[in-house]
Amino acid sequence: MKYKAKPLPTVELPELRTVGKSLRRVDALGKTVGATVYAGDFTMPNMLHAKVFRSSEPSARIKRLDVTKARELPGVACVLTADDLPDGKLVTDMPGQTGQKRRQGSDAPVLAADRVRFVGEPIALVAAETQAIAECALELIEIEYELVPGVFDPLEAMKPGAPVVYEPDNIVSTWKIRKGDVEAGFAAADVIVENTFRVPFIDHAYIEPEAGVAWMNDQDVINIRVCTQVVEHFRSIAQAVGVPHNKVHVRGTLIGGGFGGKEDITVEIVLALLAKYTRRPVRLAYTREESILAHSKRHPFIITHRTGVKKNGRITAAEIKMVSDSGAYPYLSPYVLLYATVTSCGPYRVENLKVDSVSVATNNPFTSAFRGFGGAQAAVAYEQQMDEIAKTLGLDSLEVRRVNYLRTGDRNSIGQKIESAVWLEEEATRALEALGEKETVSHDAIKIGQGFATTMQSYGRIMWFHDTSRSWVGIEQDGTVVVRCGAPDLGAGQANSLCQIAAEVLGVSLEDVTFYNSDSAVTPLAGTTTATRQLYMSGNATLKAAKMVRAVLLERAAKHLKEKPEALDLANNKAFVKSDPERSLPLADLAKMCAADGMKLQHLALFTAPFTDKLDPENLRGDLFPDFTFSAHAIEVAVNTETGEIMVLKSIGCHDVGRAINPTAVEGQIQGGSAQGIGYALMEEVRVEEGVTRTPSFSEYLIPTAKDLPTTKAIILESGTGVGPFGAKGIGEPSLTPAAPAVANAVANAIGVRIHDLPLTPEKVLAALDRARSGEG
Amino acid sequence: MQPKVVTLNVNGRRHQVALAPNVTLLQALRDLGYTDVKNGCEKGDCGACAVLLNGKAVNSCLVLAWQAEGTEIVTNAGLGTMDNPHPLQEAFADAGAAQCGYCTPGMIIAAKALLDRNPHPTEDEIRDAISGNLCRCTGYGQIIKAVQMAAERVQKTGAGGEV
Repeated sequence: MKYKAKPLPTVELPELRTVGKSLRRVDALGKTVGATVYAGDFTMPNMLHAKVFRSSEPSARIKRLDVTKARELPGVACVLTADDLPDGKLVTDMPGQTGQKRRQGSDAPVLAADRVRFVGEPIALVAAETQAIAECALELIEIEYELVPGVFDPLEAMKPGAPVVYEPDNIVSTWKIRKGDVEAGFAAADVIVENTFRVPFIDHAYIEPEAGVAWMNDQDVINIRVCTQVVEHFRSIAQAVGVPHNKVHVRGTLIGGGFGGKEDITVEIVLALLAKYTRRPVRLAYTREESILAHSKRHPFIITHRTGVKKNGRITAAEIKMVSDSGAYPYLSPYVLLYATVTSCGPYRVENLKVDSVSVATNNPFTSAFRGFGGAQAAVAYEQQMDEIAKTLGLDSLEVRRVNYLRTGDRNSIGQKIESAVWLEEEATRALEALGEKETVSHDAIKIGQGFATTMQSYGRIMWFHDTSRSWVGIEQDGTVVVRCGAPDLGAGQANSLCQIAAEVLGVSLEDVTFYNSDSAVTPLAGTTTATRQLYMSGNATLKAAKMVRAVLLERAAKHLKEKPEALDLANNKAFVKSDPERSLPLADLAKMCAADGMKLQHLALFTAPFTDKLDPENLRGDLFPDFTFSAHAIEVAVNTETGEIMVLKSIGCHDVGRAINPTAVEGQIQGGSAQGIGYALMEEVRVEEGVTRTPSFSEYLIPTAKDLPTTKAIILESGTGVGPFGAKGIGEPSLTPAAPAVANAVANAIGVRIHDLPLTPEKVLAALDRARSGEG
Repeated sequence: MQPKVVTLNVNGRRHQVALAPNVTLLQALRDLGYTDVKNGCEKGDCGACAVLLNGKAVNSCLVLAWQAEGTEIVTNAGLGTMDNPHPLQEAFADAGAAQCGYCTPGMIIAAKALLDRNPHPTEDEIRDAISGNLCRCTGYGQIIKAVQMAAERVQKTGAGGEV
């Protein structure tokens, strides 16, 4: 079937000089010439090398731990065990913030004392003169375990009598939605469609393994130079190490990829402890294997949809059950589950909705944030369910969605009103139009399929977190601009966006802006680079600060040019009269005049997101997110029915990003996010057997190479209706979310049978074809 | 085996260092301060540590430092600087090909080796050439565009003489 792009509503966005331009990012050249210094690149005089001794058992008591020989090895400066830090706990459950009852004992110990709950759990820390000595010392640590029965399947873990990972039981978190009358809705349905979908553990697989260096300075401040998405962990680090908050200083570097995996604390506490105990600089860099072992994974989910629909596709009721594997410690599991719960029915109007979600503790690797944060897992299920509904009713996939799409002004699953543009149909038709006709092949074994998905993903944090950001903008006396903002830059261009915004407001070129970021002590705290929030939060804070500087400049220029400030503008490094641009004043001169008059040319601005109270976990209802990005992705695949191999032939992502601050960077997000989504669909899985990871390195854990993907065509729409600066919406996470279900739908379209669990490996394709042939459908 | 003194010629500089036989070229280069050579996996899976060894792109984690004695080693930082970037470095910056930037030095080395033997590669040839270099940020599209951009610019302007 041919699709034609639905016309867009008329949008008039103001012409801008810097914002909206594909300028070379301020951090680009440093990276391409190899001048950028990453966390693992720092060394210091007199530096020690750290190693972590980790559990080899998924569930055991520590019967005996003896580090004497390791301590005695020449060249070993220090070996720490839980005995050395009696109160060393990493608080991961953000007490009180979920609105759920606080669980006892759910904080992860920094070092395991008497019990280990997953393979890779830290037990002892070593600091030595060389890396080799540190590695030798690990070998000299003696440990005896007494094995304790573990539990490795979340469904098993929920059963009475299952081994309890930590008290009181394995239920980490639950959320519920009770909306409308589900029974009446099912009674009114013509057809009920039920399916269960599964998604696996996956790894962030950033190319930069976690690394850092720490030292104590002459004020007893523990300095930690590290690649992190959250410099504000300095408080948790201080708490775990047992020093006041103002004695930890996190100096974030430019990051070699994060995707949520550097959102939780990684090497920071280890470094801080060893620096404190040895009073020497300490370096720790994970190997790839240690990185895969030590950091969080994306939650596997089991999601069941039961959907009642009319013959025309309109949904009358939906009952959704979600189970996520939280692994051995909660970390961000309750929130990942919350995101999944709220987006469980997709960007559709479902008046009668019942959702029951639970996150369960197991002795598997712990799970936490990963780009898409529950919204991605939910989308894999709801978008395959929509295609299954279409198939059952014999309707077109787009038509089934179209009659259910949310529109601006509608309320979502929990009753939050969507105020911004909802261009789902516009996006879907554009993506499908760009996908075009199916390729034709002459080989009988090759089946071509097309599929698409439309999704919603929040940007900005959960509103009851009361999110804030700060940014500082100043103009120097030669007219150059400085932006200081604590926002960590993961590589997506977070810092650059802030610079483009400041350049726009102050009328300078991007080259005239220098940024300082990601420092917990010397840049204003801007919050986490997570939840697709930095452009929204720090972008708005930077816009606000820059406007404050602009107002001062215009006031002084007005005096000099004998005009009203409203009659003036700033551009090309000058203040000028709008009606007579020849009458102008160079910014450098203007800045000097302001300084001479004692006017304030540096401003710190605070941006606060809208705040709400906590929602009731027993029946979520109310406002939860600042806004949503709506997206479509279309995919064409070729499936070899003899080998089971799947090739992605075409990939189109269409997103309303509100306003693209830097279109090349937005395109990069859409292409890179969808590549991760395609990897999720086709090849990525951290295989865990009885708590042991069977994909310990990049030799086994496969991510897409340049040979595995086509370039995703990015279609960027700009409604100008986002809550970010200049009407921008977030794109970091939304870019990933629709790609995986689009691939799954394309594969089902190609082979005529659905595979309900990702990844869609050749083995599963062949097994599904066998089942279809033998009539098991 | 005891360490021996090895001569390494890196980016036109000559270093004499005592190295044990099991030290990889990756480790030796990083210890000498060539931290633009990135450590991503230490077993040849990711390509982040790629350098040119007598003009050929190799994963420096799979070469022992002793084996590199007497060769010409070029790292990405040896191709250009902030003041005088190589056309590939310039194109990668312009095309958005570096997001987090961690794979970039290895990626540029792979691209340089390609353009040296094939100044006008097709998209498929570029994909082949960088298939040993993992990137988790870009989906490779803007990287491929950057290589094409560099090839075109050199052809048009003769910039840099060679790519």
